[in-house]
Amino acid sequence: MGRMRKLLIPGVDKALLVRDAVKTMPDLTRRRFISGGASLGALTLLTGCDVTDSFSAEEMLKQVSKFNDGVQALIFNPNAMAPTFPESAITKPFPFNAYYDLDEAPEVDGKTWKLEVRGLVENKKSWTLDELYQLPQVKQVTRHICVEGWSAIGSWTGTPLRDFLKLVGADTRAKYVWFQCADKDGYNSPLDMATALHAQTQMTFKFGDEILPRAYGFPMKIRVPTKLGFKNPKYVMSMEVTNEYKGGFWEDQGYNSFSGS
Amino acid sequence: MSAVTVSDEHAASDKTKVLQPAWVRALHWTNAVAMVLMIMSGWQIYNASPLFGFAFPRSITLGGWLAGALLWHFAAMWLLMVNGLIYLVLGFVTGRFRKKLLPITPEGVISDTKAALTGKLSHDDLTKYNYVQKLLYAGIIVVGILIVLSGLAIWKPVQLQYLTALFGGYDAARYVHFFCMAAIVAFMVVHVALALLVPKSLRAMIIGR
Repeated sequence: MGRMRKLLIPGVDKALLVRDAVKTMPDLTRRRFISGGASLGALTLLTGCDVTDSFSAEEMLKQVSKFNDGVQALIFNPNAMAPTFPESAITKPFPFNAYYDLDEAPEVDGKTWKLEVRGLVENKKSWTLDELYQLPQVKQVTRHICVEGWSAIGSWTGTPLRDFLKLVGADTRAKYVWFQCADKDGYNSPLDMATALHAQTQMTFKFGDEILPRAYGFPMKIRVPTKLGFKNPKYVMSMEVTNEYKGGFWEDQGYNSFSGS
Repeated sequence: MSAVTVSDEHAASDKTKVLQPAWVRALHWTNAVAMVLMIMSGWQIYNASPLFGFAFPRSITLGGWLAGALLWHFAAMWLLMVNGLIYLVLGFVTGRFRKKLLPITPEGVISDTKAALTGKLSHDDLTKYNYVQKLLYAGIIVVGILIVLSGLAIWKPVQLQYLTALFGGYDAARYVHFFCMAAIVAFMVVHVALALLVPKSLRAMIIGR
């Protein structure tokens, strides 16, 4: 007890101090803290946010994430290329990664598959795989960075998306290209136009010089080396040029929408 | 232990002096909040793809799952960075860094470390940092700068690729970021323990005197 007395701050009521401190502590045992709507007293005082009944940590975090989308769009340099690597640097085996097991990966029939093109484009014709294979292709060896933190270097070959957008007469002043995919539970994802027009953003048909295997997104993947992995759609079924923010599979669950690297 | 016991006379004479100016106190506690948020959400992010053979217990992480932790991390980073920048600017402009943290001599550090380990290091005059304090406080500022820079290198390995390259690439930058965190946590353990052992230093950081 003698030791404890020495630790006390003169003039501060111990009970009040403890009560105040506990109030500012988040409930860590809750499974998903941000959806708990806990107020963050300490932070609001420091940031000057209005504390209202509707204020919740979740709402504040969403707003900051939107702000971060803006910041990332602002610092996105269309001329900055993702670093490229020699073929010897390719990660082998390149990891299969999805929110389902490999045996649940979509099995798309390349003979009947057609890429649907919708929205603000002049030519809404659907494209067969053979037609797409006729387009000029470029190879890139770049680093795929997962939102989880790990990374792997791979080799992807395909048509620059910006060439295809030009070919179909897309309105490149539109805000997004929105991809819908064949993954179970309906993966989709919006890609901001600046990134869609980046020289390395690619409609990918090959991995490591071989036709894209099922594991990596057959028949078509969108390789975006300036974005985190979850913003690289696989098993693409359609693309839509749009001004509307249509959300995305991971984005809607709270992952930052821009997620640029 | 007797060396850290404060005599009443001394406490009385210190009462008139402002030990920690208001800007230092405000920035210190803002930094404390930002650091705790960054570290706890960072542990949750680490757990998504651990660099080593262990994960942090869920009970001490923030965010609940990866997306939640990332939201916290990329929100608290603004608090940490803006607050840290103001601290650096004011630290240089007011001369506080020069007056409080310099000079740091090897002899001073060695003799003060010996004194600290044998319990003979005095905390009677809180206006002056001893050499161990000077070294740790200057060191933690450098670590603070490194953890922000390595964090930026991981966050933007394309847009800030020269920074990422400076850390030896994306994967190496993750390790730098981790070890900076470990250094800060180690610092915090010692820092908080000593602040509790010398309560008037804690009081000075709260009310200034």
